[in-house]
Amino acid sequence: MVGLVIVSHSYKIAEGIKDLALEMASGYEGLHCAAGLDDGSIGTDAIRIMEAIKEANSGDGVVVLADLGSGIISAETAIDMLDEDIKVQIADAPIVEGAIIAAVEASIGSDFDKVLQEAENTKTFQKVYK
Amino acid sequence: MSSRIYDCIVKINETIQTNKDFLTDLDREIGDADHGVNMARGFNAVIEKLNADDADIGGALKKTGMTLLSTVGGASGPLYGTAYMEAGKVVQGKTEITKEDFGEMLRVAIEGIQKRGKAEKGEKTMLDSLLPAYDVYMEKINGGEDLLGALEAACEEAEKGIEYTKTIRATKGRASYLGDRSIGHQDPGATSATLTLETIRDFLKG
Repeated sequence: MVGLVIVSHSYKIAEGIKDLALEMASGYEGLHCAAGLDDGSIGTDAIRIMEAIKEANSGDGVVVLADLGSGIISAETAIDMLDEDIKVQIADAPIVEGAIIAAVEASIGSDFDKVLQEAENTKTFQKVYK
Repeated sequence: MSSRIYDCIVKINETIQTNKDFLTDLDREIGDADHGVNMARGFNAVIEKLNADDADIGGALKKTGMTLLSTVGGASGPLYGTAYMEAGKVVQGKTEITKEDFGEMLRVAIEGIQKRGKAEKGEKTMLDSLLPAYDVYMEKINGGEDLLGALEAACEEAEKGIEYTKTIRATKGRASYLGDRSIGHQDPGATSATLTLETIRDFLKG
């Protein structure tokens, strides 16, 4: 099963996205969060992200959803530092919509490419019809 | 007795702590007002992690970089973290460095920052201080100047780099959201990078 890692500056944002995603993908256990710093401050931690990627991996790869700025740079750093051979990519997607769709796809057993693709498709979702 | 590399990093920490509010104020103008606070938190953690008798320069720099990755929180964490780790790799196991070593450390540190930030010169980042500083450093040592002399020249170029960042608009990082409104303000990253070089210079003068 494909794993997911939610990277945010804020612990609360990541946990909130997790709650929201699991409401639609109940029972899915591959979603991990790496958000905020150890002392509770706002920020991203490349080492923690690297560990979350390892935890989320069950052999089928890991898709990372990140918020902005250092969320992306820290996730890229984490991927470069991985000492295990894990198929992993950051989805170019909005973090909330991307995480929900990716969790649903992963929970029904879609493969890595499909989960990544569906997450990235949310980038062009029309939310408001005028 | 504490090692030279430990003492040098302690000095860098002091500089960061002294300039914490200054760096944060610069970042308030064009960013998210956290550069000084983030760097200060990161270097506090570095000093806690380092052993005073750690003499292996490569090992100490690696530990410094890893700690910054985890504790700075903003983009300067991976940027400075990568820079220190890359610099450490080329002096692994060494307790003393030559002027050539220092040039190589600068080169790989800058390369790491460029790879991480995907930035080039002229984008209002720390590279606007570091790239010209590196160039003049190499020019000086190749012309026979010693480490300290070359570093003094490098610091002057880094200062000019800060001035240069005032004249251009940001195209990378949070400041790029401001477009032309970023012109007129100096870049906090170029400032902290220059302060770091100047601290190493003063330490070597010591």
